[in-house]
Amino acid sequence: MIYTVLIPLLLASFIPFISKFKLKIHTGVFVFLIPLVIFLYFIQFIGSGFEPVRHTYNWIPSLGINFDFYLDGLSLLFALLISGIGTLVVLYSIYYLDRSEPLGHFYVYLMMFMSAMLGIVLSDNVFVLYTFWELTSISSFLLIGYWHFNERSRYGALKSMIITIFGGLSMFGGFALLSVITGTASIQFMIANTDIILASPYTPLALGFLLLGAFTKSAQFPFHIWLPDAMEAPTPVSAYLHSATMVKAGLYLVARFSPVFGDYEWFFIIVTIAGIVTLCWGSYMAVHQTDLKAILAFSTISQLGMIMAMLGFGTKVAIFAAVFHILNHATFKGSLFMVAGTVDHETGTRDIRKLGGLLTFMPITATLAMFGTFSMAGIPLPFLNGFYSKELFFESTLRLQDDISSIAGFLVDIIPYLAVLGSIFTFVYSLYFLFGTFGGTSQLDKLTKKPHEAPLGMLISPGILIFGVILIGLFPSAINGTFIAHAAEAVYGGPIAKDIYFWHGWGSPQFQMSLIVVGIGAVLTATRTKWSGLYHVFPGKLSINKIYDTVIEKLDTVSTKITTFYMTGSLRTYMIIILSTILVVTAGFMLATGGITIDFSDLAPVTAIEVSVALMVAAAAIGTIFVKKNLAVILIAGVAGYGVSLLFVIYRAPDLALTQLVVETVSVALFLLCFYHLPDLKKRNEPLKTKTINTIISVGFGAMVTMIGISAHSSDWFGTISDYFLKTSHSLGGGDNVVNVILVDMRGLDTLFEITVLGIAALAIYTLIKFKTNRGGK
Amino acid sequence: MNNLLSATNTIVEITAVICLAAISISLILLLYRIIVGPTNADRAVALDSVGMNMMGLTALMAVLLPTTKLNDVILLIGILLFIGTVAIAKYLEKGVIIDGKLD
Repeated sequence: MIYTVLIPLLLASFIPFISKFKLKIHTGVFVFLIPLVIFLYFIQFIGSGFEPVRHTYNWIPSLGINFDFYLDGLSLLFALLISGIGTLVVLYSIYYLDRSEPLGHFYVYLMMFMSAMLGIVLSDNVFVLYTFWELTSISSFLLIGYWHFNERSRYGALKSMIITIFGGLSMFGGFALLSVITGTASIQFMIANTDIILASPYTPLALGFLLLGAFTKSAQFPFHIWLPDAMEAPTPVSAYLHSATMVKAGLYLVARFSPVFGDYEWFFIIVTIAGIVTLCWGSYMAVHQTDLKAILAFSTISQLGMIMAMLGFGTKVAIFAAVFHILNHATFKGSLFMVAGTVDHETGTRDIRKLGGLLTFMPITATLAMFGTFSMAGIPLPFLNGFYSKELFFESTLRLQDDISSIAGFLVDIIPYLAVLGSIFTFVYSLYFLFGTFGGTSQLDKLTKKPHEAPLGMLISPGILIFGVILIGLFPSAINGTFIAHAAEAVYGGPIAKDIYFWHGWGSPQFQMSLIVVGIGAVLTATRTKWSGLYHVFPGKLSINKIYDTVIEKLDTVSTKITTFYMTGSLRTYMIIILSTILVVTAGFMLATGGITIDFSDLAPVTAIEVSVALMVAAAAIGTIFVKKNLAVILIAGVAGYGVSLLFVIYRAPDLALTQLVVETVSVALFLLCFYHLPDLKKRNEPLKTKTINTIISVGFGAMVTMIGISAHSSDWFGTISDYFLKTSHSLGGGDNVVNVILVDMRGLDTLFEITVLGIAALAIYTLIKFKTNRGGK
Repeated sequence: MNNLLSATNTIVEITAVICLAAISISLILLLYRIIVGPTNADRAVALDSVGMNMMGLTALMAVLLPTTKLNDVILLIGILLFIGTVAIAKYLEKGVIIDGKLD
């Protein structure tokens, strides 16, 4: 099973070579075989005696991340959709995309996507699932931006990337929580241990994260905004990714985890509300669109909302209807996208205002479109699969159990009305799509090309899909027993015996609801131009796109503002930030942990000479702050340095005193060298606030270091190791100067690298001077 | 005899302490001169005197401790002081310490 997932990815690496060398034949012809073989492989699993299959391949066993492939009814449904529609899309793209396009890129991205999608639906390991999930986001980004010279394509690709990756990351958080709660990464194990998950206090968080991932991927309200913009992709991509497969990944996720969260009331509330709102909003907005693919995009959003709502209901009939509709939607929506692409290809426009009357020019396309739209609208014709799923949908809205919670109870009461409302608009945009394109009078003067029937090859794929629509419509039970029922059982977690009826009888409420939809829908379609002014009132100027654009723009400007606020380029500011951070953290930590200790017990007696030298050093140090002349500052600093060497003398450190004297003299000389080239110190008139801040920080820092010194001296936790050096200096090091023995024998390594530091410094100074000279010489 | 030796020791110590006190006062007065100025030449001369006081102070410390290890320090101070004073003087005179074109 791992081969089916990885083969598209592996073969994708050969596609560029094929597209380079075999220019005579369309690259798609070679690619076509890959999904076909995968489809044929999966089709052998169909049958009434289907049992789940599991394969495990180690990847990172130490972290519990393995390629656990688990094929049950739900996975099989999706795998067949992905490979089957993938085959048809590749076939369609052979005729749709010209050989002058960069075909290698297209098919590499497409195969990457197919791998990723198969990986999502077959993975039992949540982390592997997440890996493939991100791969779909990336390959979808690449496919949407396929015509990257087009500004709208880049915008759409970026938007879909941002939104789906946002959701993907949040989903990863949900997965991490779930795997921490259950101690495993296997979805099947999580399903088996639902009670552990439901008992955990983190469940709401995990559910929220998970649903955020599912809603963004499946374009649920308010994250649906990326889908209409993704329509800038080539039409085969729209048909494949944005109707049949990728946007259903979120549905797959919800379906996969519904055995886990099914008994959790908030799962019902959130998923149902999201689904119903998306259904109504998507279908309402679809009527307003003028671009064929935009109509279909909003239609997809709306249909996904409907499936999501049914998954939220969680009853037997709802789950069954949801799974059934996933299949149905993929068939008719895929074909409709291909029809829209064909119309675009043959007339040169997708603008519905310029189209019309194409029935006479493109009768076959029109026929296919008619079956597709009628199925989408759920028109009561018993040979269209859309009708059954709509009937099942209505039935499931009517048979919701009333829960204790008031929110859930309220939902149960209003859902049937909202479902009818959404379906009415579905009916309206379906007919709008059909008659706007093929009905009415033709406007040939507005078209760039003279319309004519599409080549046969382009009609094969939508034709097969429409054939599937009718086939499922005519023999629903054949599909049901061998195929749909297994998928529904995998989602429900128990046996579902559900038959699909052609006919519920005049009195059945769902049929009456269908009649209401058709009745009101027909009226609204006929009078569409009269009430389309409604869209100026609602949503009017309100739009989620606007919020998205504002957020993206504000993120840019605000973060620039924040960065320029603290990245001023002034070293003084950075010093203030660094020093005050050290001060606050260290002093705060010392105060909080009681680290300040003052102990007078083992202090040495103070002599007058020490005091007077120390006073001299202090006076010189303070003097440097107030003196404003270059040379004076150097000399006063020199006094401080010499004073320190005197202290070394007093504290019996002759070696230190020697070194300190030499270094101090050299530094004074160097300062003199530098100051010759520098301007005179100026008395800076800084505002009082700056001076105050500087004073506070410097005094605070000095106080802190003093406190650390005192505390370090007072808390003598360990004895010194100096006794060892004093004792062994002669016997081990062969010397009586203990300081020097330590420097070159006991800790010679430190000395070595201090020598290195000096060497580097000397080289660097030499280089700096020489470099300048050479550049000047040129 | 022993009495005489310890008495001498005491006298030496007392003298050293008095000298230290005097040098301390001298250092503080020199510091005043360095800080106040008024010209840089004043400061340079004062710094030179600080160095000489330091030599004395080091020598007195060597007497007090008593040790011979500080003798190097005294010599070094002498050399450095000379170099340092010459450098400052040259700086004051010419504005540069090392002649020749560097750039």
